[in-house]
Amino acid sequence: MLHRRTPLALAAAALVAAAPAAAHAQSAPLRVAYVLDTLPNGLTLIVHEDHSAPIVTVNTWRHVGSGDETRGRTGFAHLFEHLMFMGSEHAVYPQFDRLLEAAGGDNNGSTNNDRTNYYEEGPANALPLMLWLEADRTGWLLPTMDSAKVDLQRDVVKNERRQGVDNQPYGLADETIAAMLYPASHPYSWPVIGSMTDLSAASLEDVKNFFRRYYAPNNTTIAVAGDVKAAEVKALVEKYFGEIPRGPAITRNDPPAFSLHADTMAVLEDRVQLPRLYYTWHTVKAWAPDDAALDLVAYLLTGAKNSRLTQTLVYDKQTASQVQAFHDSRRLDGEFDVIATARPGHALPELQTVVDAELARLASSGPTARELEQAQNAREASFLRGIERVGRKADELNGYYYQIGQPDGFQRDLDRYRAVTAADIQRVVRTYLTGPRVILSIVPEGKRDLAAKGRSTP
Amino acid sequence: MSRTAMRIVPTLALVLAAAPLAAQAPAVAPAVATQPKLGPAPRLIVPAVQKSRLANGLSIEVVPMHEVPLVQASLLVSGGARLDAARPGLATFTANMLDEGAGSRDAFQLAAEVAYLGATLNTGASWDAITVDVGAPKRTFARAMGLAADVVLRPTLAAADIKRQRDLRLASILQQRDQPGAVAGLVFNSMVFPAGHPYHAPITGDSAATASLDSALVRDFWRRASDPRRATLVVTGDVTLAEVRALAQRLFGTWKAPANPLPLAGTPAEPPRPATHIVLVNKPGAAQSVVAIGAPGVTRRSPDYPAIMLMNTILGGSFSSRLNDILREQKGYTYGAGSGFGWRPVPGPFTASAQVRTNVTDSSLAIFFQEFRRIRDSGVTATELERARAYLVLGSLGDFETTGQVASQLASLTILGLPLTTIPADLAAIQRLTAADVQRAARTYLDPGHYTVVIVGDIANIRAGIDRLGIGPVEVRDYNGKEVGS
Repeated sequence: MLHRRTPLALAAAALVAAAPAAAHAQSAPLRVAYVLDTLPNGLTLIVHEDHSAPIVTVNTWRHVGSGDETRGRTGFAHLFEHLMFMGSEHAVYPQFDRLLEAAGGDNNGSTNNDRTNYYEEGPANALPLMLWLEADRTGWLLPTMDSAKVDLQRDVVKNERRQGVDNQPYGLADETIAAMLYPASHPYSWPVIGSMTDLSAASLEDVKNFFRRYYAPNNTTIAVAGDVKAAEVKALVEKYFGEIPRGPAITRNDPPAFSLHADTMAVLEDRVQLPRLYYTWHTVKAWAPDDAALDLVAYLLTGAKNSRLTQTLVYDKQTASQVQAFHDSRRLDGEFDVIATARPGHALPELQTVVDAELARLASSGPTARELEQAQNAREASFLRGIERVGRKADELNGYYYQIGQPDGFQRDLDRYRAVTAADIQRVVRTYLTGPRVILSIVPEGKRDLAAKGRSTP
Repeated sequence: MSRTAMRIVPTLALVLAAAPLAAQAPAVAPAVATQPKLGPAPRLIVPAVQKSRLANGLSIEVVPMHEVPLVQASLLVSGGARLDAARPGLATFTANMLDEGAGSRDAFQLAAEVAYLGATLNTGASWDAITVDVGAPKRTFARAMGLAADVVLRPTLAAADIKRQRDLRLASILQQRDQPGAVAGLVFNSMVFPAGHPYHAPITGDSAATASLDSALVRDFWRRASDPRRATLVVTGDVTLAEVRALAQRLFGTWKAPANPLPLAGTPAEPPRPATHIVLVNKPGAAQSVVAIGAPGVTRRSPDYPAIMLMNTILGGSFSSRLNDILREQKGYTYGAGSGFGWRPVPGPFTASAQVRTNVTDSSLAIFFQEFRRIRDSGVTATELERARAYLVLGSLGDFETTGQVASQLASLTILGLPLTTIPADLAAIQRLTAADVQRAARTYLDPGHYTVVIVGDIANIRAGIDRLGIGPVEVRDYNGKEVGS
């Protein structure tokens, strides 16, 4: 039960080959063995056997997220996720959580711009229960759904928003940036959690329509990973999901391409002690050719103590207390963020000068070979450690299938980072991170003088 | 809402194509109409731990796991933040300094080398130990451990680095004021554990103590705390005991005990348990109130640990627990409510908490106290007991999946001076305990007449309701727990 299965051994071999200590450069490719099936109703099943521990995870993706919402109903995809735990015809509320706990299992769900995922995990013998619960709410959710349940989870979600946004320092940053970066018609221009007004407006009728449109088996993929037999999983899935009818085909009109034409600036006052600078650039979709290089740029800027912005701002000049860079690429679009918090006594323009200079330096002379290899090795190591767990592997199988149509995208994913060159880094910094951006300052109340400034010369 | 509108019978063609099972299912009763019966559950088998010791006293504990060429190590030096004495934050600060330059490398070179090797190296301190954690592929593990040995035996601890990290920590202490949850925790601990108790001040220190840190203090602390006789090297993954022993001998064999080691912290005096009282910290206009309720708890070494775990799982330790079920699922007052015991050698706090909508702060408080009393007075149902039992016993199967999880289980028990077999023994006890045992645990270890209640919220909007509840006297303090009125 303590053992991990063979493909991961290969994974670690690939990792070792990447490190200079390895004598042989040739590494075995990372393969995560799986069985892929599609039921006549369109439900996709991915099974990965891993007999190293007597546990199983059922990871279900519904290909719907806040990116499918419309203005006036923001936050609905996530509110709906909460309602999926409110009981179904044969597993009435509150059996979902109680039966799973009584079998030693756990569960959760999450919603982002592009998808909603659900997982159940626990002892391997609980697999039939997990699939039964997931099937019942996939086919038979609406018979027991009512306004009282919608109202209750609406209150819970509003509390989630209070806890994560309204009562959090700097809590309004994300939604302020999204609204500045994306055109108002773009579904990434509003936050996944939604607005209080829109949450209040969500109705039982909305719930029914959303369920019928987006929760049909043909918009659902299930990845099962763990100490199970693929044939047994398939039989159970056919048994419980086979009778659920296919839903309407989903057609999406992706928003038109856009670009930011000039720097956009905003200043928010908040109950915070220190001012914080946010730079955001519009980049590329997930898996676009420059996606991996931009991820590595984030590491080169702030991934380790010797990364450029961390070393300069936090260690050398000591003008910032924290700095982080992220590249967040999604189905429709991507963005790159640099977030830096000033040290006491420092204002945001001091931080801007350094960030601008470091980006210019990376664009003009690129990373050293050693710097780039560190970024690649670190990324690979953290990825491989992540997929030690069946829960994470199942989620990746689902993610790769959704993004690239191939569940076992692990090696392909690793390869695109290994392929990035110093010239690629220079090029993507120049292309995406030196042009127009969103500049947000969040400053202590009454301290707008600490805020960031616009570019002095174009 | 009509059921038939939802239940569209699939076309015959689809059913036939799907599977024979589906075709045989009668249209009126789908397969999901019957809840599946589960086969026998797997049993947890914890791995055997292989032990050794170097001549200088360094203990070695190894769990070989050969299927993946990954290795995880934790070097634990017992003591931790309970050694802080008059300078709260000293142990965690020293631990954070260890990898800010060591051996021949500065902080940048060290971080670069660790990442280049595909490894991780993290330093930190808990209340009871300072730890250096290393994760690496087998191939680079020895080199990564070489860096860890530099960090433990040859940290640079340069004055300029200490000043920089001290100023960063002062900034982060300042920023705690922004976070209502952090403020509630800080004030709660300062009230529940009196001055002089090691848990009174935050583990990362207060601004006064932090401002006083310098290289002499940090160097002296580490010289006297880093004692191989108090250290254990826990290693899990693709290694053998002989390999680990040889590596440890090469890297840590010269580690000498300090001439005057820091005295290990003794058992602090039992904190007083005043009658239930309420402390308000003002956050004008807050959208929510952060509520923390509790008192000093119980040591992890208590023979009642299994009964308390069962009791707390039912009270507030799982999604279906009473506190979460009522405050979130029935009332919609919060995103989540729960309770827990801080399991340490010296009793940590029992805390029940939630972040609740401002205008239901008083109602939420009433529910917390109602539930403390209900589980004491009326016990638990057979259904709750069986569910909590399974949740704990079978849930443990997922705790030993990775090398990192096994290392972390082993390390946390080693710090407590308990063997890994404690886990199956506790689970066996949990299998045997009765509802009466759980109620006895509630009566013994929940004491709602002697709780400290800390609420960070908008006093103007919550005060009157709280006063009306009559739970106990109400006072107002600032974000540091300093009294500002009543």
